[in-house]
Amino acid sequence: MKSVLGDRRAIFLLLAPALTVYSLIILIPVFWSLGYTVFEGNAINGFSFVGLDNIKQLFSDPDVHQALWFTVRFALVLTAVQVALGYLLALLYVFVLRKASNLIRTLVFFPVVLPTVAVSLLFQQLFEYAPRNGPVNSILNVFGIPSVDWFGTSTSSFWVLILMETWRSMGFYAVLLYAGLVDIPEEVLESSRLDGASGLRLVRHIVIPLSMPVLLSSIIFSINGTLKIFDSVIALTNGGPGTSTTPLTVLMFQTSFGYGEYGYGSAIALLLTMLCLIVTIFIFRSSRRDLTKA
Amino acid sequence: MTVIQHPSELRPAVKASSVSGRRRSARRPMRTIGNVVLAALLLLIVLVPLVWLVMGSFKTQSEFLNNPAFALPDSWTNFSNYSAAITEGHLGTYVRNSILTVFPALFLTILFGVAAGFALEVMVWKGRGTVLIAFLAGIMVPGQMILLPLFTIYFKLHLTGTLLPLIITYTAIGLPLTVFMMATFFRSVPREIFEAATLDGATIVRQFFSIGLPMVRNAIFTVALVQFFFLWNDLLIALTFTSSDDLRTIQVGLLNFQGQFGQIEYGPTLAAICLNVFGTLVIYLFLNKRVMKGLTAGSVKG
Repeated sequence: MKSVLGDRRAIFLLLAPALTVYSLIILIPVFWSLGYTVFEGNAINGFSFVGLDNIKQLFSDPDVHQALWFTVRFALVLTAVQVALGYLLALLYVFVLRKASNLIRTLVFFPVVLPTVAVSLLFQQLFEYAPRNGPVNSILNVFGIPSVDWFGTSTSSFWVLILMETWRSMGFYAVLLYAGLVDIPEEVLESSRLDGASGLRLVRHIVIPLSMPVLLSSIIFSINGTLKIFDSVIALTNGGPGTSTTPLTVLMFQTSFGYGEYGYGSAIALLLTMLCLIVTIFIFRSSRRDLTKA
Repeated sequence: MTVIQHPSELRPAVKASSVSGRRRSARRPMRTIGNVVLAALLLLIVLVPLVWLVMGSFKTQSEFLNNPAFALPDSWTNFSNYSAAITEGHLGTYVRNSILTVFPALFLTILFGVAAGFALEVMVWKGRGTVLIAFLAGIMVPGQMILLPLFTIYFKLHLTGTLLPLIITYTAIGLPLTVFMMATFFRSVPREIFEAATLDGATIVRQFFSIGLPMVRNAIFTVALVQFFFLWNDLLIALTFTSSDDLRTIQVGLLNFQGQFGQIEYGPTLAAICLNVFGTLVIYLFLNKRVMKGLTAGSVKG
């Protein structure tokens, strides 16, 4: 038994291609990138050693502060909005629409598979202000509200980004959370109803606690994904107006390829990676009790 | 990282929709009307932007400038925007580049990932847990962390004028999720089957091809679909490694589209977006159940 399922040559043959590609293209570059943080320059012009200057610069650079703040704010707001809305939709599917929810689930999920660039360009057109009004401003005008220059201020750009990402992903989180709600035993709900719980109280005291594990994992996945937001920002606002909607991902890209500063770019990438790591560990720690329960 | 090994995530997330049957329904006319209104509102939110997109792809420039934003196009058979997008906008080249990079990478990542998943989950050896976690860590790492070294490698190897950097990078970034998902699916195959096969004298090669692969065949297809969407929709990698216009994938091409046509050429831009969306729409039309199942099972990627 052991000799067949533990055949070293077979294990090596099966594992070697994946492990080789993964090590060469992901693992080694991660450490290589760490090494870049103590250098200045780029692949084309060569490098010079600068020690910890890049790391020190991270702490004093206002661009980094702004990008870090934007990244965190964006991840928190978007996670709150898309998970909450997804949860409401999941409740709607399970408790209100019931049998009819199949088609709606499928249709609301659809925007998730659309290419982000396509969706961003579409939203650019929808929210257009000049030279002509897009549909959103046209609707506002019908109600007597003057047109808004959506991409002209950082606040409105931020909210258009949030709105677009929510439109894209609410169906996804709805389906993810739907699976958790469906798993709640009917007997539990029935006996709570007999005990007099209904509507909001049922949701608050029975449904939410019982779907906590899947709710928490949704939040982890969402934060982990939204911290890495890149495509939508590049295609929708390109970081503007000014640099007010520039997350760390975009700042790293511009620093590295726009200005050819590989060392500083790597330092920003490191900051981003640490952020993802801390968030994952933090959430895992604080929720371990719940996650291991069900 | 162990957090994602929790069973509730490992289980394919979408269940059969039979659940609604067991909920007791209280059918009152007011409630039914309310439900219909709610459902219709939801559908409007999702569909109106897409309908507006399709309408816009048939409109001429003067319709855009003179007619109201929600006016129907004058002609539904005016495909000049589409031909402009394909010929002047080079969309044909971009689609070809996307196909030439995504499918080889998809093939390799599935091939390597399934083999590794089998070795990590079915076979018994010391250290397999560590290797699995090493693969899982790759899901966490932002793409920005590997771009610069890869750029240096490809530059030194003189690969930058070709599509190879994209194929290689796509193969690698697809691996963590593929290995993770395949390991999950192999875990659900009862161990006794492989043990019985071993007692019957099947070699490990035979077990891989005659038992392992057939039992996860559906899962492989699901994982391939998920990876297809991730790779086809990728912008970061493609933007970094496409140095010239002839190498652009469809996403990079579309991003630079407005630049080529000038900001105010609405028709061709919307037609190009339509063409980009069309591929994923067709796949979703036929395989939506499987896509939903796969994407939610792969949600660790965020």
